[in-house]
Amino acid sequence: MAILDILVFPDPVLKQASETVTVFDDEFKQFIADLDETRLSAPGCVGIAAPQVGRFQRVALVDVSGNPKHKSNGYMVLVNPEIVEWEGYKKGREGCLSVPDYTGNVMRATSIVLEAQDVEGVTQRYECEGFEARAVQHEIDHLDGLLFLDRLVSRRNDLFERKVYKK
Amino acid sequence: MAKWFMLTLVGEDRPGIVAKLTHALFEAGCNLGEASMMRLGGNFTMMLMVGFDGKAKALNDVIAPVSESLNLHLHVDEINAALHTHLEPDVRISVYGADRTGIVSEVTGALAESGLHILDLESDVAGSTESPLYIMHIEGHAAEGIDSLRAALNLMQDRGIETSLEEIDTLLG
Repeated sequence: MAILDILVFPDPVLKQASETVTVFDDEFKQFIADLDETRLSAPGCVGIAAPQVGRFQRVALVDVSGNPKHKSNGYMVLVNPEIVEWEGYKKGREGCLSVPDYTGNVMRATSIVLEAQDVEGVTQRYECEGFEARAVQHEIDHLDGLLFLDRLVSRRNDLFERKVYKK
Repeated sequence: MAKWFMLTLVGEDRPGIVAKLTHALFEAGCNLGEASMMRLGGNFTMMLMVGFDGKAKALNDVIAPVSESLNLHLHVDEINAALHTHLEPDVRISVYGADRTGIVSEVTGALAESGLHILDLESDVAGSTESPLYIMHIEGHAAEGIDSLRAALNLMQDRGIETSLEEIDTLLG
């Protein structure tokens, strides 16, 4: 097990697209374990993508189960993930291990259906909502060379865009 | 190492203020930090962190020719400041109501007593001269939790002030 070095923007490699995973060998599984150990070493971090540690393969890990109020599929290893259905849009605040000391608002689909291979190469299907759906979209963006900075929307002037506070 | 100064500039709005000001600062070897600039009531306002290797008087002399030519009030303070010290807000509060005196005082007073640390506040008067509407957005840190803030806002409803509160659940990925 090892904690890997996180690449930080403006390192230009974070803007490059990653390659499809075709080999699911022991080295790959060891990498997945190291990648999750790296994620867990950052307090509150709910997702990480392989290119964030300089490995340009389409692999991301998401686990939002640390906060029980988030609907969750638990720990997901997402290899070659594809979002096949989207629904709804909502603004939410995001930060990133690769962009320290900054958070910003990003629009994301509120529910998604996703297909991805697991660590053994078997295709799985997940339904994700809310915070988990947001995390998955944030991580898949990394695989396409996109950061949340590429999707920022204004912090200002949105009146009652979310649920209205009950009287 | 350069010291941080806070520049405050206010004056009648016109195109090109930021470009001319920052050009003068760049030519003088200044480094810009965090800033807030906006048009308020037809005036352009700037609050700007400037790193400068010299005294306040010298910095003032750099800017004064430009600020005078643009008819801006200029104020320079040496400040104790640093970058990369952002505090993350965990709550966002929106307030609106028919404009009258006292809205900000009542709302922020109740919120302060309930543990709110305001990190960012912007407000506007919309509507018309005959029927002005006051709108305010606050982002802050709820030191005593969200529930105490909700209770404070509840009391505002009876005073004709509409409020909403949402938790900011920042995703780190």
